[in-house]
Amino acid sequence: MKSVIKGAGYILVHTPDMVLHNGTTQTTERIVNPESEYLKELPSHIRSFDQALSYWPNQVYIGNKHPDELAEVAQPWCDKACDVSDRFGPFGQMMPQEEFLLLMQACDVFGLVKLEQGFADAHRAALAANPIMDETILARIPEAQTAGEEIARLVNEEHSEGLYHNGALVGCVNRAHDIDVNLSAHVMHENLVSKASSVMALLSAVKNAGIAKEDVEYVVDCAEEACGDMNQRGGGNFAKSAAEIAGLANATGSDARGFCAAPAHAMIEAAALVASGAYKTVVVTAGGCTAKLGMNGKDHVKKGLPIMEDMVGGFAVVLTQDDGVSPEVNLDMLGRHTVGTGSAPQAVISSLVTNPLDKHGLKITDIDKYSPEMQNPDITKPAGAGDVPLSNYKMIAALAVKRGELQKTDLATFPVKHGLTGWAPTQGHIPSGVPYIGFARNDIMAGKLNRVMIIGKGSLFLGRMTNLFDGVSFVIQANTGAEKAEAGVSEDEVKGMIAKAMKDFAATLLAQAE
Amino acid sequence: MSILAGKKVIIIGDRDGIPGMAIEACAQSAGAEVVFSSTECFV
Amino acid sequence: MDLENQKRVKEFAEQYGPENIVVLLGAAEGEASGLAAETVTAGDPTYAGPLTGVSLGLTVYHVCEPEVKAEFDDAVYDEQVSMMEMVLDVDDIINEMSAIRDEHCKYLG
Repeated sequence: MKSVIKGAGYILVHTPDMVLHNGTTQTTERIVNPESEYLKELPSHIRSFDQALSYWPNQVYIGNKHPDELAEVAQPWCDKACDVSDRFGPFGQMMPQEEFLLLMQACDVFGLVKLEQGFADAHRAALAANPIMDETILARIPEAQTAGEEIARLVNEEHSEGLYHNGALVGCVNRAHDIDVNLSAHVMHENLVSKASSVMALLSAVKNAGIAKEDVEYVVDCAEEACGDMNQRGGGNFAKSAAEIAGLANATGSDARGFCAAPAHAMIEAAALVASGAYKTVVVTAGGCTAKLGMNGKDHVKKGLPIMEDMVGGFAVVLTQDDGVSPEVNLDMLGRHTVGTGSAPQAVISSLVTNPLDKHGLKITDIDKYSPEMQNPDITKPAGAGDVPLSNYKMIAALAVKRGELQKTDLATFPVKHGLTGWAPTQGHIPSGVPYIGFARNDIMAGKLNRVMIIGKGSLFLGRMTNLFDGVSFVIQANTGAEKAEAGVSEDEVKGMIAKAMKDFAATLLAQAE
Repeated sequence: MSILAGKKVIIIGDRDGIPGMAIEACAQSAGAEVVFSSTECFV
Repeated sequence: MDLENQKRVKEFAEQYGPENIVVLLGAAEGEASGLAAETVTAGDPTYAGPLTGVSLGLTVYHVCEPEVKAEFDDAVYDEQVSMMEMVLDVDDIINEMSAIRDEHCKYLG
């Protein structure tokens, strides 16, 4: 059986106040250097929602612009307004902070999110008007909210994590336990943001795939947060928690973790679950990460740039059994970085790119497009991390030259022909290969591309449990329709043929008897 | 005089440049003792 | 540079003596290399970590610089790093690193 990509959803949430209050670069600075110039300068570098809407990479993320169009725009992009500034796009949407705070409350099942009455009343209608929202989700937001004084008291006296909008305290997330740090207000805030953005992605993907919510049988969450209590710190299960709010009543699920490589792992697992027949429809989902908001803010502020890491990201991909038209995941062409691969960049790239191709006698140039780590270079270049996707393409091209599959003179054109310009926010797992799946599906179905490779890489060493690196890759290809052709005769037809043969046989017997 | 032979080496690798473990192998091949190796990640 | 890494650098410099330490970097480009080199020589330029205001003056090289490359086993370097020379702007890295070394290293032979 084959598994196909039925649809994808991509969402962003503009969270300027969370940059200031929840991004680790800022929270760390506030501890070690509370009077720093950076903290004083930072607020004047925050973008408005309108600026976030007209930011080129954001419009690509939600599908209003194609990566090929972005590649035509000269960098930097932060000083250019995109000619499209719609909030909604074919893949999903950009949600403003005020609506998202209400959605966070809708996603809270433990009464932890408190909103100021006036704030909730002012923005409830806006969330209700959101096309992916329904009555069930909206009904989860209580009519009676909290007084401003009580919220201030909770933040000042009860360790609650403040929720801010335009610099004002408009709510808070309470701790879920007085002693357990795993249920602290900070952790609950981080996890509720991840969950709420995952819910948005799930709802968008299910809608885009044109399936019913009831069809979803399994959800895999591949974000980078952990939920649990002191007795099971990473107990999970974000997947099922988000599926519950999204109304996927027939789904169960589980969490897959692996730093930035997790989405690629999850995609392979989901494709295998469908291909094995275990579940007919599986959705891979991930919400975003508050910790990484403003991660490279110091460099951006120093260089007079806006804070571009102000978007929480989310994505979801729906995988189903073969429909005869949607692009398929080729489970026979998987790349994997193993324990024995080592960390030499060329060994890493070989394990992920050429090993699976070699198995099928394919050359590096036989893959139309590679989607490794699609971080937006507008963010990473000023921060000293370079152009991450471009570095990946240079490595793949260098390997192709070494293997004699590419002329050295074609090194410079390889990233243009087989690569993409990065557009995804630096939300760790969010940019990791998967932002391209939506475009890849469209372009393969339009006959523009035949084969694309999605590559996920993960910095496992950050968890201090291993010094190893990690990564897996998989290929999405045009639907070969082979199963349909092979099937040729359906089960019903076979039954019909047998019945006819039996009838004929019986008739013959009867005739003979007569 | 050699730079690395017999020295204690601290390695700060980069996930998007050269990872720590790859530098480790090089340093050891030059006769240095690696006392610490780490890889940073900016994305 | 990561705060934990700064702490470790400081501890090892105290434990073994700064003159016995060499720091090898693998940063992805020139400016980042220069900032890391500055951190272990003049002190943390971002004023965030344990090396803020601490001028260790350690000897520091990027792994792609010719001085240290000459001391590596060729086969090992070829296997572990060489491909990245096609990816990184090595000249830019060398320029940044040399400038920091000339100004802040205290133990160059």
